[in-house]
Amino acid sequence: MQLAVLVIFLAAALTPWLYNRLHGQSANVLALVPAALTIWFAMHIPAVAGGEVIIHKMQWVPGLGISFDMMLDGLSLLFALLICGIGTFIVLYAGAYLKGHENLNRFLVILLAFMASMLGLVLADNLVTLFVFWELTSITSYMLIGFNHQSAEARKAALQGLIVTAGGGLVLLAGLVMLGSAGGSYSLQDIFNSSRVLTEHPLYVGMMVCLLIGAFTKSAQFPFHFWLPNAMAAPTPVSAYLHSATMVKAGIYLLARLQPELGGTELWITVLTSVGAFTMLTGAFLALRNTDLKKLLAYSTLMALGTLTLLLGIGTELAMIGFAAYLLAHSLYKGALFMLAGIIDHEAGSRDVRELGGLRKKLPVTAVCTLVAALSLAGIPPLFGFVAKELLLESLLDNMFSYVILGMVILASIFIVCVAALVAIRPFFGAFKAGKDEDKVHEAPSGMLAGPVVLVILTVLAGLLPGLAGDYFTLPATFSVAGHEVEGYLSLWHGINMALMISIVSVLLGLLLFKNWDSVYSVLRKLDPVIRRGPEAGYFKFMDGLVATAEWQTRVLQNGSMRNYLRTIILTLVLLTGYTLFSRYQLHWNFGVDFTFYELAAVVLLVAAAAGACLTSSRMGAVAYMGAFGFFVAMIFILFSAPDLGITQILVETLTVILLVLVLFRLPSFSNISSPMDRASDAFVALLTGALMTCLIMVTIDVQLFEPISGYMIENSVPLAHGRNIVNVILVDYRALDTLGEIFVLALAAMGVYAMIKFKPSTAPGSNHHAGTLILPSKRIPEKDIVHSWQEIHQRMLEEQNIVDAQPEEDEDATEQRSVNETRGSDSETKGEPKS
Amino acid sequence: MMKPGTLILHVAARYLVPLQLILSVFLLLRGHDEPGGGFIAGLVASGAFALYLFTFGATVTRDLLRVDPRNLIGIGLCLGMVSIFPALLNGEPLLTAQWWNIPLPGDSYMKMSTPLIFDIGVYFTVFGSVMLMLIALTETEEH
Repeated sequence: MQLAVLVIFLAAALTPWLYNRLHGQSANVLALVPAALTIWFAMHIPAVAGGEVIIHKMQWVPGLGISFDMMLDGLSLLFALLICGIGTFIVLYAGAYLKGHENLNRFLVILLAFMASMLGLVLADNLVTLFVFWELTSITSYMLIGFNHQSAEARKAALQGLIVTAGGGLVLLAGLVMLGSAGGSYSLQDIFNSSRVLTEHPLYVGMMVCLLIGAFTKSAQFPFHFWLPNAMAAPTPVSAYLHSATMVKAGIYLLARLQPELGGTELWITVLTSVGAFTMLTGAFLALRNTDLKKLLAYSTLMALGTLTLLLGIGTELAMIGFAAYLLAHSLYKGALFMLAGIIDHEAGSRDVRELGGLRKKLPVTAVCTLVAALSLAGIPPLFGFVAKELLLESLLDNMFSYVILGMVILASIFIVCVAALVAIRPFFGAFKAGKDEDKVHEAPSGMLAGPVVLVILTVLAGLLPGLAGDYFTLPATFSVAGHEVEGYLSLWHGINMALMISIVSVLLGLLLFKNWDSVYSVLRKLDPVIRRGPEAGYFKFMDGLVATAEWQTRVLQNGSMRNYLRTIILTLVLLTGYTLFSRYQLHWNFGVDFTFYELAAVVLLVAAAAGACLTSSRMGAVAYMGAFGFFVAMIFILFSAPDLGITQILVETLTVILLVLVLFRLPSFSNISSPMDRASDAFVALLTGALMTCLIMVTIDVQLFEPISGYMIENSVPLAHGRNIVNVILVDYRALDTLGEIFVLALAAMGVYAMIKFKPSTAPGSNHHAGTLILPSKRIPEKDIVHSWQEIHQRMLEEQNIVDAQPEEDEDATEQRSVNETRGSDSETKGEPKS
Repeated sequence: MMKPGTLILHVAARYLVPLQLILSVFLLLRGHDEPGGGFIAGLVASGAFALYLFTFGATVTRDLLRVDPRNLIGIGLCLGMVSIFPALLNGEPLLTAQWWNIPLPGDSYMKMSTPLIFDIGVYFTVFGSVMLMLIALTETEEH
């Protein structure tokens, strides 16, 4: 299994080379890699369906308990098959969708790297490995969403996705560490097999909250949901892959994976059901006020992710069966729908359902596929979406979970029927409307159609043969989620029962809603002011606050004055060390030290040199005094029989004086510009430091925390290290790794000095006035795309989501100002006006 | 800033620089048993060229050095890294010191070890870093 992940990474690495030979055809060749892996994983189905857990062991950092072990159980297998199976068609699709795009090779590299990371994530047995792959998916998805890096919107959306998911990732790391220490091991298998009861562990609540935040950010649960619709700025293959079947399901995967260990408590059930249900309803509701096909699908994905969380929260056996079925059903139809939306966009030149119509004659295959996939989305028999939805309703009815949640589910399914109808009926029926002329609209190439067609056929097959899909795919996954064998089966027909009635009613109401969608849409537009105060506004507030804090602390701490830096560093040191020193140790003023005449002489000269350096008014004089000071220190080293230190000190002092002399010639002539007050405060800081160092030395003489290791070093220097000079043995043998680090630091410092002296200020900071775009432009960005504040980004994203009408080009300032005032009312919050 | 050195300095530098370089190699090789070692030796070598630099200027020193100081740093770091790995061949953890006795003509042999290679790496890095800074600073003076 390690090899499976590695092979995809390898394919990613080889892509540029392959692309140079095959150009547009390289995608078709690369698709063979995930295709082969799909078959390989499929061969494990019988064993895993029989309840086996396949584990491949591999060492990584044994000393820290971090392994590269991978495991394949029902849940992992279902995910692995989805990742590789859908991945195959996505690669094919991308090859056709981005045909002739100058960066197609780059796209394929990142796509494959993402695929490998995602596969590693669902196979990893070790928590640390899992986290590494988790972060890799965040990073690769950042690059995929921002693929059209010329567009400011895509960059912002990518950054927003990254900040939300990577921020959640940090919290997740804390949760995983707590899980590892509470469970006694970082291996998932060990944690499952141990007898410890994590739900009664004192860390349980903290660990659960951290893990949930990590999972919720990744899976776009409320209130972190806003990044997902914005991420639709990505090219369609990315949306079809990341935002339907893989990346956003990573959080769901983690929750499902931990369900047997952490689930079942009241807290878990409450949080998961309420967050899940709320996300579900928010997604379904917000979907209604969009006209962009991809946005419609993105919000319906939110609804599906919420539903999955809800099912995990309910936690009954029926809910677990429903969870796995819903997961599979959603991945199949949503992947297909995204790809189909991309085809419509690609071939008809628009994604807005208001601008599309009557395409069924021109795009017959697309039309049929969209219709079938949308029926599955709406949950209509005999498609697999229906099977999954029935299970959801039944698991809610089964234990009368809560009427509120049941009501929310019914409402959400009404909305989603309307969304499905919008996606499937609007673009294909009625009078012909498209973004292009009628004779320029053609059916998509086979590479783009292959994915949707296969996924739609699978949806139909799984719907007609639910027993088969259940036994081999979803029920094994259910076992992993439930933690034990579950009695159950999937079937299309459950008889005439409550769930069926609810389904029929919601479909009818949904169609009614669709009939009146135009008026509903205009009503929903009136809610815009409320929506723009949603969690996303909080995100922008947070980002603005972050920038403001960074500006403030840079102004205070990094103000470019050497004296200020020194003062800050020294005072921090004195305060922190001094506090520890005086709160923990008693000082003994022990002056009973013997010293010889030579030592006394050296000390007196040393103090005299230091005083001279402070008092002299000539730079050269100060350098000379400092040099003298260094030589007296060397003298003390030699008096205390440390010849190596003495020699080093003398040499370093000599070279320092040479360097200082060279540098000082570059400075303007010496002038005393600081006031006596300044000098007094500097002297105070200096004396404080001196006092602290003195106290430290007094304490070190008195206190011995542990046996000094010098004894061991002296004893073993000759027998182990074959050297009599202990200082050198320490440097090159005992502590060679430290020395290695130090020579690298030295080299870097030298390079830094060299760069500072040699490079002229034409490339200095300040010449880059695109800093506000946060990403260095590769080409010159048109002035209108440069964004100066987060408020402005917010404004643009809202425009993108149709919340605020895009402003006409001319007189932008005035109109934008007006729209801000209109939507925000006379509120005092209108502080930062968007600049343009 | 730099006036051409005086006659005495000129003559002295010509004789002192090779002596200092020999001293630096001597310090480098004896370092494991007696006071010395790569760091000290690197500083002595830098001191030698610093003297030359003050006497004859940057261009002449560069010519005498032949190798760009940046390359010296690179060589040093590479040697440091190279000395890490031989331990792996014996199945020991990275950086474990390895010792070999290389027979020489006659009855004698030479003590060779990875710490020595490492120390030579330190020598070149220190030497290169100091020379890089000194020459860069001197060249800006001259312009």
